[in-house]
Amino acid sequence: MEILMSIVAGILFTAAVYLMLSRSLLRIIIGTGLLSHGVHLLILTMGGLKGGSVPLLGEKASSYTDPLPQALILTAIVISFGVTSFFLVLAYRAYQELGTDDMDKLRGK
Amino acid sequence: MSWLHLVIISPFLLAFLIPLLYKSFKQIHTGWFVLPLPLVLFLYFTKYISGVANGNSYLYSLKWIPSLGINFDAYIDGLGLLFALLITGIGTLVVLYSIYYLSKTKESLHTFYVYLLMFMGAMLGVVLSDNLIVLYSFWELTSLSSFLLIGYWYQREKSRYGAQKSMLITVFGGLALLAGIVLLSIPSGTFSIREIVANLDVVTSSSLFIPAMILVLLGAFTKSAQFPFHIWLPDAMEAPTPVSAYLHSATMVKAGIYLVARLSPVFADHAVWFTLVSTVGIITLFWGSFSAVKQTDLKGILAFSTISQLGMIMSLLGVGSAALHYEFLDDNIYVVAITAAVFHLINHATFKGSLFMVVGIVDHETGTRDIRKLGGLMTLMPVTFTIAIIGGFAMAGLPPFNGFLSKEMFFTGMVNVTKMDIYNMETWGILFPVVAWIASIFTFVYSMILVFKTFTGKYQPEKLEKKPHEAPVGMLISPVILASLVVIFGLFPNILESSIIEPTMASVAPSLLDAGEQFHVHITFWHGFTPELFMTIGVIAVGILLFLTLHKWTKIYHLFPESITLNNAYNNGLAGMEKGSNGIMKFMMTGFIRDYLLVIFAFISTAILITLFTQGGFKVDTSNMADIGIYEAILAVIMVLGAITTVFAKSRLTAIISLGVVGYTLALFFVLFRAPDLALTQLVIETVSVALFLLCFYHLPEFKPKKVRVKFHLPNLIIALLVGVTVTLVGIASSSTKLFDSISQYFINNSYKEAGGENMVNVILVDFRGFDTLFEIAVLCIAALGIYSMIRLRLAKEENR
Repeated sequence: MEILMSIVAGILFTAAVYLMLSRSLLRIIIGTGLLSHGVHLLILTMGGLKGGSVPLLGEKASSYTDPLPQALILTAIVISFGVTSFFLVLAYRAYQELGTDDMDKLRGK
Repeated sequence: MSWLHLVIISPFLLAFLIPLLYKSFKQIHTGWFVLPLPLVLFLYFTKYISGVANGNSYLYSLKWIPSLGINFDAYIDGLGLLFALLITGIGTLVVLYSIYYLSKTKESLHTFYVYLLMFMGAMLGVVLSDNLIVLYSFWELTSLSSFLLIGYWYQREKSRYGAQKSMLITVFGGLALLAGIVLLSIPSGTFSIREIVANLDVVTSSSLFIPAMILVLLGAFTKSAQFPFHIWLPDAMEAPTPVSAYLHSATMVKAGIYLVARLSPVFADHAVWFTLVSTVGIITLFWGSFSAVKQTDLKGILAFSTISQLGMIMSLLGVGSAALHYEFLDDNIYVVAITAAVFHLINHATFKGSLFMVVGIVDHETGTRDIRKLGGLMTLMPVTFTIAIIGGFAMAGLPPFNGFLSKEMFFTGMVNVTKMDIYNMETWGILFPVVAWIASIFTFVYSMILVFKTFTGKYQPEKLEKKPHEAPVGMLISPVILASLVVIFGLFPNILESSIIEPTMASVAPSLLDAGEQFHVHITFWHGFTPELFMTIGVIAVGILLFLTLHKWTKIYHLFPESITLNNAYNNGLAGMEKGSNGIMKFMMTGFIRDYLLVIFAFISTAILITLFTQGGFKVDTSNMADIGIYEAILAVIMVLGAITTVFAKSRLTAIISLGVVGYTLALFFVLFRAPDLALTQLVIETVSVALFLLCFYHLPEFKPKKVRVKFHLPNLIIALLVGVTVTLVGIASSSTKLFDSISQYFINNSYKEAGGENMVNVILVDFRGFDTLFEIAVLCIAALGIYSMIRLRLAKEENR
């Protein structure tokens, strides 16, 4: 299972990197979105996917899944959401001000 | 803090007062306030002469950074005292001269004297420090103050060029010196020169010995303008003449000589030292005197002459190091080279100082230093002419001046090289006297040019800017004093023998002396009919012949194309470095974020992959892994399809929707992998994100509906695949390796007991690891505020309206 998940995460990374290397600002942000999905999946996988109950003590199960990666991912989801929305508005504003979303035209001198 | 420490820092203290004095007493030349200090210091140092002559030395310690072994140890022995006397003595004369040379109204005198005092203090610090780090600090201060003084007339392009050149070259050498000092201190564990000499066995047997020696010599050679680092000195002649006389003939350029002499007890026993010091010295001697002849600027002649004479002293110190190989002092023929080096050091300071002042006077009174415009000044400036004759003849090595004596001893030293039975000198040794002899002929020629082209011949008043007349008395005092010293030392060299020369030799070559023993130097005019005398006669004869036929053979200088000179190499090297680094920057910093990302991704993935496989980190171990269920497999396929669709989507809308698909699939994965809180959050946030993306999409340009798919780009794909493969491999490798158990059992056991909650994830978020959550809230707040201000703040546009 972990190998499969690693491969899926790898594919997500590949797609994300390819998108981030493109010229359109929107595609870059889509790339970062994919990248964060890949990372979250990877954290979960690294924590171990072995069986066990939902991490709620009310279940009274003999074993639970690891709650720590879940807490970490929850934090990461919220932060990447904050950053992504900031980026989106930044891209929107950049387009409004500069009239382009082409990264090759948004070049430093 | 002893008196000696106060003496060393007193020029710095006075330098603080100078601007104040300059501003308060406008009608008095600021130089008068400076003048007493070097004079008092000179008198202070003379009181050490008798003690040092009796073989005593004085050490005064002052703690600076004791934990690093760096202490301000002031140390006086023969060598330090000689230099201290030169610095303060010539310093006094130069200050006096500058009072008449620099105009009170036209020049900013306070900066001049602040720099000059800074230099004087730094130079005293160099020669009186026993601690190598302190010596290095003062060494760099001399470079800095020399830089400031060369660029004194900073409005002139050439001054700035000369200042920059000298700075680059001497600081390059200074840093090499620092490295050498550090290497030297590693085996011995101390920065004190005396302690290094005391532990010489440890130092010489260390593998760092030769690198330290070469680095130290690099520092000495750059400072003392040795070949091929001599190129900064002629350009330093853009400084005011008192500065040239003081720094670039008598004191600072001898700092390298001082260093070589001071560290001779450490290094001199080694063959590399002998070879480097004597060879570089003799090449410099020849090249300097050869180049001096073609100069048309008086200061240019003097600059190359200084280079040549410094090379002479350096080669003498190198040859003198051979003395350490012979046991008996009495019939040791190489000791004379050390004597000659010390004696010529003093002589050169006197006659070169006076010649620079003469040139300054000529420049001051006629408005030019070009020998093609000068001539026939003899009757107009008789005193200056007399001084020039004395200085010039001393430099050429004619009797009865002091230059004759040191030149004779120099020849003796060089002739003795042929008798050397070490370092394979039986065969190559003959080159030393030959080269020295040829160089002396050129020395003779340029000395004659300096004297006779300026003062005799045709008087050309139409070419001069001013009507020449004799200099004011005040300006003549200093060169007269120096010229009389030239004569006095020439006629009565014995006044220097036991007082100065012998103790100096004792500090250069202490290992030659047994306890209580002293060197016995006796300098005489007449040795009988020795080879040296015939060499001098030959120098004079050939020199006169060459001087008289000057216009016939100076054409050979035009045979050297300008493009292969060292100056040209320096200029091209500097320009090439700038061009090269500019080219590298232009190549690397393209301005396209994509290029930077490519580099970053490529570097990170290759670094990780190399580490993973070279360190044996990759392995596959399925024993501890979960089985693949049907639902997970289906979701994985959906997710992969979604990801691929984002890449190949023809429209941006498709890309956004497929990103949503990936996000929702991830939420479903969270459900399958028993993470309900994650699934909830992911669902909500994915929805909001997709809405935001769509909002952005809605505002995209309508005039450019480029709904084509991403342009295929092979390097991008390769890098992307590389990153993907890296992530997969790292994922597999790390889920196959479990070094220790998770700490989560603690959370499972204590969630209810300690925190009173049954939802472990929530308890971790708000209780066990609440700080994370606090700052995650902060991140959201900042993002919200940032978005708000981005939308509301439109400063640029308002300004445009």
